[in-house]
Amino acid sequence: MHAGPIADSIVRIEGLTKRFGAITAVDGVDLEIRRGELFALLGGSGCGKTTLLRMLAGFEVPDGGRIVIDGQDMTGVPPHLRPVNMMFQSYALFPHMDVATNVGYGLRREGVRAPEIATRVAEALEQVKLADHAGRRPAQLSGGQRQRVALARALVKRPKLLLLDEPLAALDRKLREGTRFELVRLQEQLGLTFVMVTHDQEEAMSMATRLAVMNTGRVAQVGTPHEIYERPASRFVADFIGIANILEADGGWLALRPEKITLSANRPDAANTVAGKILDIAYEGDRSLYRIVTEGNGTMVVSTTNIDRTQPASFARGQRVWLGWSADAGHRVSE
Amino acid sequence: MNGRARFAFTALAFGYAFLYLPIVLVIVYSFNESRLVTVWAGFSTKWWQALFANEAMLDAAWLSLRIALVSATAAAAIGLAAGYALARAPFFFGRTLFGSLVIAPMVMPEVVMGISMLLLFVGSEQVFGGPDRGFLTIALAHTTFSIAFVAIVVQARLADFDRSLEEAAMDLGATPWVTFRTVTLPLIAPAVGSGWLLAFTLSLDDLILTQFVAGAQSQTLPMRVYSSVRLGVDPQINVLATIIVCVAACALILSGWLTRRKV
Repeated sequence: MHAGPIADSIVRIEGLTKRFGAITAVDGVDLEIRRGELFALLGGSGCGKTTLLRMLAGFEVPDGGRIVIDGQDMTGVPPHLRPVNMMFQSYALFPHMDVATNVGYGLRREGVRAPEIATRVAEALEQVKLADHAGRRPAQLSGGQRQRVALARALVKRPKLLLLDEPLAALDRKLREGTRFELVRLQEQLGLTFVMVTHDQEEAMSMATRLAVMNTGRVAQVGTPHEIYERPASRFVADFIGIANILEADGGWLALRPEKITLSANRPDAANTVAGKILDIAYEGDRSLYRIVTEGNGTMVVSTTNIDRTQPASFARGQRVWLGWSADAGHRVSE
Repeated sequence: MNGRARFAFTALAFGYAFLYLPIVLVIVYSFNESRLVTVWAGFSTKWWQALFANEAMLDAAWLSLRIALVSATAAAAIGLAAGYALARAPFFFGRTLFGSLVIAPMVMPEVVMGISMLLLFVGSEQVFGGPDRGFLTIALAHTTFSIAFVAIVVQARLADFDRSLEEAAMDLGATPWVTFRTVTLPLIAPAVGSGWLLAFTLSLDDLILTQFVAGAQSQTLPMRVYSSVRLGVDPQINVLATIIVCVAACALILSGWLTRRKV
């Protein structure tokens, strides 16, 4: 799986550090981003993900460490000379220019000739399905349309690296889901490398090839969505992504996902069992979450998929139940 | 109309009358037939004709206009730079001091500025043999106190300016200078324009500072008016005042419109 990490790496981040006064926003981060992947930086607010992205773009100067993009050391390179483009969270469309002028802005700075600019702008607007809006001002567009103009403006430069700062945060829920697929489709079709910052784990998990979970300026874990979910490295990662029951086992910690546990009225035939009493039930339509006070493991969360339409919840509040899980259902995590 | 509304409108009418009755009177009396400024003797445009035949007055008006154009333009350019520096430059030593120094001419008594400028020009004349007091010295003095007004308008506009627009431009390959020229400047142009108009009107009617730095040969319009009032006035003054009111009103309306307009 790991074929020559240097050969296919497009970004190498080494010991990157950034301080704002007494606060260390990014604290000695090492990362490698591979060519053609959609890499997500995931974390809560203040974890340093945006600062890291802004250092890639060149808007913040690191206090330590370095960034290498496609073999070129970026130390001291100003934003306008970097082979990267960014899609801003606010989109940052120029209000005094129409859509086509916005999209062509970067090409004019490169000194591309007018006929080629026109072709490439038309092509980029075609890609984001806005060909018939070329003459509009940003103020005349909907939020979703503005987002696509911002994307076209960044893509038209054919950057080695496209940075996306919370690309979907400003869209409403329904639009967000459709746009997720659209972004992944564009990324695969154009074969570009995307680096995306997001606080939304669902977004990161569903879109990213690999992601880095960040916490207090450091990278807590890097991996594929599957690795992050099923093999979290630490209690923090297990807790941050989805729901995790953290159990004490052999002097260490075990992260156990709620869907890996079965519920039954009688003691099941499983490697691990524990009895408990249902504290409350959260019905979510597709699944139900049970909070259960167990005898010995504290409060645990168990989820069941609601397969049968006609059947209401199989268990009632206050009912005594048995929890069972297999020997390899849990994953050992560090403190 | 109920009683409360009637009261409100009456109060408003009194307020406006207090402010604008004198100006309305000046305008009306500029069309007076009589030689006396304050006695109405029928409608006539003869004082308008007289004014436009009055060489000395026209020369003064032309000088004032040129000074206003030059000083407003210089103040707009320097004020833009100062406002930009105040809003955008990262912290530098003496920044707070610089901020106060830019604004100081707004609150400093004009008499003080006048004396200091006069001292400067006299000193410079002794050392360098120039400049002669007149057009240049007046324009310089007006520029000095107008800068503050432009700087403040520009700084306020930049304070609520979305920084990510400038970052986006740089990200797309624009150097800092190109970013300023293609993104920042077009978006703050209304503020610069309104600052220019403010500087223009301030220069046009300044009397105190001008008297300190003007030479014997150069008389601006306000100086001319002031001296002619002391010698005894005729209704040409009313005509002149009417014209000045119109120009100033146009400039202020335009300035307000530029400031409010959202890009």
